[in-house]
Amino acid sequence: MTITAMTEATTDNPESVPAPVTGSGDNDSVSRDFVLPAYTGQHTELGEKTVGNVTCDDPFMIAEDVNVYYGDNHAIQHVTLEIGKKEVIALIGPSGCGKSTFLRCLNRMNDSIETARVTGRITLDGDDIYRKEQDPVALRARVGMVFQKPNPFPKSIYDNVAYGPRIHGLAVDRAELDNIVFSSLERAGLLKEVKDRLDEPGTSLSGGQQQRLCIARTIAVNPEVILMDEPCSALDPIATARIEDLMDELSEDYAIVIVTHSMQQAARVSKRVAYFHLGLLVEVDSTDTIFTNPQHKLTEDYITGRIG
Amino acid sequence: MSAERSTLEKVEAGLARRRRKELLFKLTGMFATAIGVVFLGVFFATLIAKGSSSFQQTFLKLDIELSAAALAPDGELDLRYADFDALVRSALRAQLPEVSSREERRALNRLVSVGASYQLRELLAADPGLVGTTQTLWVPASSNVDMLIKGDINEQDDEALRPLSDQQIAWVRSLDEAGRVDLRFNSALFSNGDSREPELAGIKGAVMGSFYMLLVTITLSFPIGVAAAIYLEEFAPKNRWSDLIEVNINNLAAVPSIVFGLLGLAVFINWMGLPRSAALVGGLVLTLLTLPVIIIASRAAIKAVPPSIREAALGLGASRMQVVFHHVMPLAMPGMLTGAIIGMSRALGESAPLLMIGMVAFIVDVPGGFTDPATALPVQIYLWADSPERAFAERTSAAIIVLLGFLLLMNLAAVIMRKRMERKW
Repeated sequence: MTITAMTEATTDNPESVPAPVTGSGDNDSVSRDFVLPAYTGQHTELGEKTVGNVTCDDPFMIAEDVNVYYGDNHAIQHVTLEIGKKEVIALIGPSGCGKSTFLRCLNRMNDSIETARVTGRITLDGDDIYRKEQDPVALRARVGMVFQKPNPFPKSIYDNVAYGPRIHGLAVDRAELDNIVFSSLERAGLLKEVKDRLDEPGTSLSGGQQQRLCIARTIAVNPEVILMDEPCSALDPIATARIEDLMDELSEDYAIVIVTHSMQQAARVSKRVAYFHLGLLVEVDSTDTIFTNPQHKLTEDYITGRIG
Repeated sequence: MSAERSTLEKVEAGLARRRRKELLFKLTGMFATAIGVVFLGVFFATLIAKGSSSFQQTFLKLDIELSAAALAPDGELDLRYADFDALVRSALRAQLPEVSSREERRALNRLVSVGASYQLRELLAADPGLVGTTQTLWVPASSNVDMLIKGDINEQDDEALRPLSDQQIAWVRSLDEAGRVDLRFNSALFSNGDSREPELAGIKGAVMGSFYMLLVTITLSFPIGVAAAIYLEEFAPKNRWSDLIEVNINNLAAVPSIVFGLLGLAVFINWMGLPRSAALVGGLVLTLLTLPVIIIASRAAIKAVPPSIREAALGLGASRMQVVFHHVMPLAMPGMLTGAIIGMSRALGESAPLLMIGMVAFIVDVPGGFTDPATALPVQIYLWADSPERAFAERTSAAIIVLLGFLLLMNLAAVIMRKRMERKW
């Protein structure tokens, strides 16, 4: 469904706006004391709805009315977004707009932040990832993550890639593990460069190689979704181009959610773009539409360089 | 414009003053460093000057006749009742036949250490077949003779104020001329326990006591300290309680050590009934003392592990345990070990709490276990420094040198371990 911009404040029915749930600091469970409103595009506190189209053809991960609180700070407000199977979706927006926070909700990395509290509902292939029985460890095997700064373990290149399969018991013997490591490095486009030096520390690689090693490490676990938090911000343009090519290839098998500050990058790699502003999801649409015909004033200001 | 001073002129005007200040600051720093170096140099120089002589000891060469008549009058050698002193005395008199009066003989006997008879007994215990032979042995001289040979007794002093009379000095000189006096390596210093006779006193008892204590301390305080640090840093919720615990641990590190001694006395000896003067209790007290040090160092080491490594592991689906044991621990280990070794060196140098739990007793036997009465190196230093005999002064310095040697070794081990285990990320 497509919702056009509503600049005037709507009179919200107060009951339809879920109250932030106070209570347990236990981050492993999310309170379910409220009834989810009908899923009709989200009401925000500003009285605006997310503009564009939050849905997609083949949804795989669905976030419904997600709120994140850091203590009293309402960092993410009523975000609803669908993420398609095998699509690249870019989250853009000025610094502090909550795009990284939202990304970290998708594999529950916010669990480790004590003051963080998440409400709402996020499903992965139909399973609520914040349900009580969901073990974040199992979730993160399905939703991998690549970080802003390349962060290989101070271990050998081989051990870096083998770590995930090892802790999850994905390989029964050394041969199978070798197989996983080699194919992951191959798919990350790194095998040619490192196949003779698998015993060298991962930290001895260049920045771009390190980031590809981190991607290889992530896909070695064979996740279904890969989250990337500004994966190229610490890299030079050549390394960036390589990572972007890689994302293109990976999108044939995985859903990729990428946070980026570079609008060119978003335009190059993603099929859909979601624009965040001050914790609100302002506009979601196909990349072409966002960059050529943004419907919301804030989106337009951002992509034309007036904000951010 | 000409009246206005340019920026360059303004800067140059102040430049000389800035340079002067910088020079002054540099000189002050150099002066402070120099003072530190000088004091350290004086400390080591006096220590080595005073202590090095105690690594040698004066011995007398005597031809001792192990006569069967004196040793085994009933035809059977009984080491318990044999009068070795008499054999040593007669051997000494044989060297100086002019000594006749009882008074003089007694003065002569005081030149040789009681250690000579112990030496004879050991010799015969090892080989009873020597009875009836005459053996030429180097036996330890008394500490006063030792002092004389090392030049610590001034012959110009009034005779009454000197531990050796003119006559005794003359005897020693004549023995020396006969080639029967020699300075040799003082093995007793390293193989004996404490003794009232300086020439027989050694540090082995204290070293073993310290060793057993540190063994107890490291086996308890390292695992407990590291476990506490990991829990507080990685698992404990950050709230008022954990803040309170943190403040208390920091305070505990600053508590005077004697207070831990009192605690040990009250809890381990009076309440739990553990033996006093035992290395076990000393080790427990030192555990309490080093725990805060190790916890603080380990927490700092854990904090220094970059959060990106934790995130990487968590992002791959590692559990918190796996993050800690696969990634945080290996990276924090050098820091933890350094903290542990620094805690250990503090424990090794500690004497005050040990006084409270009875480890200050005069103990001759070398402890053979954790519950044997024992003393520790710093306490031994304290005991010897307190002794009136002149010869204990040099042994005090020797014990300090040994203690500093151990501390140096431990710190060196910490440095090497840190260098070897350090990993870059």
